[in-house]
Amino acid sequence: MALIHETDYGTPSRVAETLVTLEIDGKPVTVPAGTSVMRAAVVAGVQVPKLCATDSVEAFGSCRLCLVEIEGRRGTPASCTLPAEPGMKVRTSSSKLSKLRRGMMELYISDHPLDCLTCGANGNCELQDMAGVVGLREVRYGYDGANHFKENVKDNSNPYFSFEPAKCILCSRCVRACEEVQGTFALTIDGRGFASTVSAGGKPFLESECVSCGACVQACPTATLIEKSVLAKGQGEHTVITTCAYCGVGCSFKAEMQGSEVVRMVPHKDGKANHGHSCVKGRFSWGYATHKDRILKPMVRAKITDPWREVTWEEAINHTASEFKRIQAKYGRDSIGGITSSRCTNEETYVMQKLVRAAFGNNNTDTCARVCHSPTGYGLKTTFGTSAGTQDFDSVEHADVIMIIGANPTDAHPVFASQMKRRLREGARLIILDPRRIDLVKSPHVQAEYHLPLKPGTNVAMINALAHVIVTEGLLAEEYIHERCDLPAFELWRKFVAEERNSPEATEAFTGVPAADVRGAARLYATGGNGAIYYGLGVTEHSQGSTMVMGMANLAMATGNIGKVGVGVNPLRGQNNVQGSCDMGSFPHEYSGYRHVSDDSTRHLFESAWGVSLQSEPGLRINNMIDAAMEGTFKGLYIQGEDIAQSDPNTQHITAGLSAIECVVVQDLFLNETAMYAHVFFPGASFLEKDGTFTNAERRISRVRKAVAPMAGLGDWEVTQALSNAMGYPMHYNHPSEIMAEIARLTPTFSGVTYEKIDELGSIQWPCNEKAPEGTPVMHIGGFVRGKGKFIITEFVPTDERTTGRFPLILTTGRILTQYNVGAQTARTENNVWHPEDILEIHPLDAENRGINEGDLVSLTSRAGDTTLKARISERMQPGVVYTTFHHMFTGANVVTTEFADWATGCPEYKVTAVQVALAKKMSAWQEHYHETRRITTQIAK
Amino acid sequence: MVHMANQIALNFAAYPHEEAVANVTNHLKSFWERRMKQQLHEYVAKGGGGLHELVIEAEKRLK
Ligand code: SF4
Ligand code: SF4
Ligand code: SF4
Ligand code: FES
Repeated sequence: MALIHETDYGTPSRVAETLVTLEIDGKPVTVPAGTSVMRAAVVAGVQVPKLCATDSVEAFGSCRLCLVEIEGRRGTPASCTLPAEPGMKVRTSSSKLSKLRRGMMELYISDHPLDCLTCGANGNCELQDMAGVVGLREVRYGYDGANHFKENVKDNSNPYFSFEPAKCILCSRCVRACEEVQGTFALTIDGRGFASTVSAGGKPFLESECVSCGACVQACPTATLIEKSVLAKGQGEHTVITTCAYCGVGCSFKAEMQGSEVVRMVPHKDGKANHGHSCVKGRFSWGYATHKDRILKPMVRAKITDPWREVTWEEAINHTASEFKRIQAKYGRDSIGGITSSRCTNEETYVMQKLVRAAFGNNNTDTCARVCHSPTGYGLKTTFGTSAGTQDFDSVEHADVIMIIGANPTDAHPVFASQMKRRLREGARLIILDPRRIDLVKSPHVQAEYHLPLKPGTNVAMINALAHVIVTEGLLAEEYIHERCDLPAFELWRKFVAEERNSPEATEAFTGVPAADVRGAARLYATGGNGAIYYGLGVTEHSQGSTMVMGMANLAMATGNIGKVGVGVNPLRGQNNVQGSCDMGSFPHEYSGYRHVSDDSTRHLFESAWGVSLQSEPGLRINNMIDAAMEGTFKGLYIQGEDIAQSDPNTQHITAGLSAIECVVVQDLFLNETAMYAHVFFPGASFLEKDGTFTNAERRISRVRKAVAPMAGLGDWEVTQALSNAMGYPMHYNHPSEIMAEIARLTPTFSGVTYEKIDELGSIQWPCNEKAPEGTPVMHIGGFVRGKGKFIITEFVPTDERTTGRFPLILTTGRILTQYNVGAQTARTENNVWHPEDILEIHPLDAENRGINEGDLVSLTSRAGDTTLKARISERMQPGVVYTTFHHMFTGANVVTTEFADWATGCPEYKVTAVQVALAKKMSAWQEHYHETRRITTQIAK
Repeated sequence: MVHMANQIALNFAAYPHEEAVANVTNHLKSFWERRMKQQLHEYVAKGGGGLHELVIEAEKRLK
């Protein structure tokens, strides 16, 4: 595909019921009321010259280049700020207009350095373009305008873009983009007249509030703000449209390429999840894909202390197949299994679970979604009938009350957070349930009306208290409930939550949140109009994760907040394809489309399609695989794209389990932590090297398109297929589209999905079938998928992970903006300038009691293990609670987390660990041992 | 294993008894692998000390 230049309509689109018809240069055009004349002109096929307008931000009217004439009116108004009116007759060119425009351009150019031929924006500069468009031939004022004094001032502090004020035309597009698109308000125009300049709060970008989203860079019409990769390499020559491989927002990107090299990634305006916006990860942090640490040859070894031996693909695959067959012959059919990852495509995941079920002949397949959102699947399926969020992201634009529970969208789902903040600035009201004072509690132009800082581990007590208020204060949506919900279940639930022990006053003792605030928040959610719940891992990663998901579903049903736009219960998924990996049947108990393996008709469907007989009992989950390994009954494991030794809880238990397995196969980009315990290594392909699809948190299936060939020669699914063939179960897909065709054939919710249709529509939200051929943005409209919505009793069962005299503090974990998950990707980019190491946040009181100062090395100890890291004194946490991230392996945050898990799904309780913190003089024994183990187990024979 | 099973029981304990037993049984059937159910049976056969009564009842129905 040639380089894609998207149309810039100059001003944002408008939605209105009234339409307006006007004439532009004699061409009639009809647009929604409120549309600018400039935009109407573009719709009519006429480009009015412009500099300060771009369609990602509201018009500003400063450059005066877009002047037009209106029949019957005097003057030459700016078309970007002029609303279209019925019957208007607009002229966009005349000699008068040309003269005026040339005059304006002369002023701009007199003040602009004229190094066009060597400028990084050459070939993609709107100032250059406009000089051409207006026919600028001379500059009467000379070329030594005041801007040149800034010539030697350049801000290169941000690792990904540079700021060269000498080239700035003060159009303020960047300032508006930072405000309106990103919502960070990091930029201003400082000074007056010729001395004006764009400023990031008077600081270098890196030290400012800037979160490096890139919106300003994209909005800048000149080379003032420009990607360093473009400065280094030049403009791209072709575009590949693909999907970000980081978080569950699933932003659509244009990979701009020079041959097989990426020049830059630019968010795609037509992307329905991101509408042209991005965050630092997707926009800039793709350098890991060509990092020198990538392993490009398959490798094997007999023992984990042996150096790795590079082999051919054929040898690696045959060796694995013979090992797995040997193990099954010796220990039985159920002694091997596979784990796939939310980082893999739907097609890869599907083929992986098929390998396990059809070629291994058991159901020992699991996915890393086990450790993040498995409770979402369980909880939403039980209550609503579908294991997925109810809304599309755009639904938030119609929410009146937004309730965020255990999520930190500005760090973990930044692009959606920007959309949410826009709605909050428009007046939606905000309730936050989180032990930590996350940024959204108070940030520029956003303030939560209620922040309920509950104690970690008391979510269910809190949700019951909110429900108690709604039930006992007569705030139920009675009519909705009678029409759409299972009434006996509702009556049981109503009686249960109405019990005094669930009141805000009674639960205050557990949650630590004043009853009056809980009552206020419940009233606001129930009566404030459309109420929308967004939640994250602060809900799921608890011993009652599933219960809490059902508690939120109860609350939404009780208030009628399901089944229309603007409401809903919405998981914010951590990794890009969490939704997809669950949809594809990678859990041990269900096939694609969430159908249980014990369901005879579904099983027979797969048996006849795959030509094998399949087990009807669920297989092992990740944690059960490790337990079975310790017991000696589980001996072979194929892990695709997942690093359980780092991301799963209680590291020492996991590594002991891995060490007991006779053949561990790891497929990844890098020699990750799990690979230290592996006997076979299959080099993986990065998202830039694959074809396939990802499904984001709003059930949106988007294409991932191959921009470069797989560096190791084979795509991930090809390796899985080859292993299946070597094990004796034939698979013959020629392209991932054939895998999708099989998924569609066997999965009712996907029956209408094809690659052609995704290409045509851009993306599709499942269910996509006969009833909804173009997909389903909002679910449960008119009734629940399961029939009647089911209220579930959500008894609060306090976690057994309790503070004690020895471990008096609660540790909770989270993530930050610039790093992603276990850091395998982002820690191999320049994002480390923002977050070089994991830090322990501790309240001043707890720090003082322990003699800890900012930056001190401290030990963090739980009953599972200990590690050391640096301390940061912070009032974001309440006293008694400490917080850290798990982005860097060396921190080993999971060395301290324990094996406690969600009762229903086994999702680990990452969010609550009883710990002690103390000043430390040296690294923990685990950390010292780690270095040595890593050195020994990652050697490659030369 | 005992801890895991009891957690399941506690989360269904607020239901009327019959429904609670059915829920626990169904949960174990739907999500526990053969080896885990086997362990449970063996543990109950040895007396089942420390198991929640709902688990003990559910175990009988699992057979
Ligand atoms: S990169 Fe984003 S946050 Fe930073 S100044 Fe630009 S728009 Fe604002
Ligand atoms: S930096 Fe770019 S976008 Fe910002 S005011 Fe200057 S020219 Fe306009
Ligand atoms: S918000 Fe998520 S999907 Fe979008 S660019 Fe950032 S990491 Fe990628
Ligand atoms: S584009 Fe309209 S005034 Fe600048």
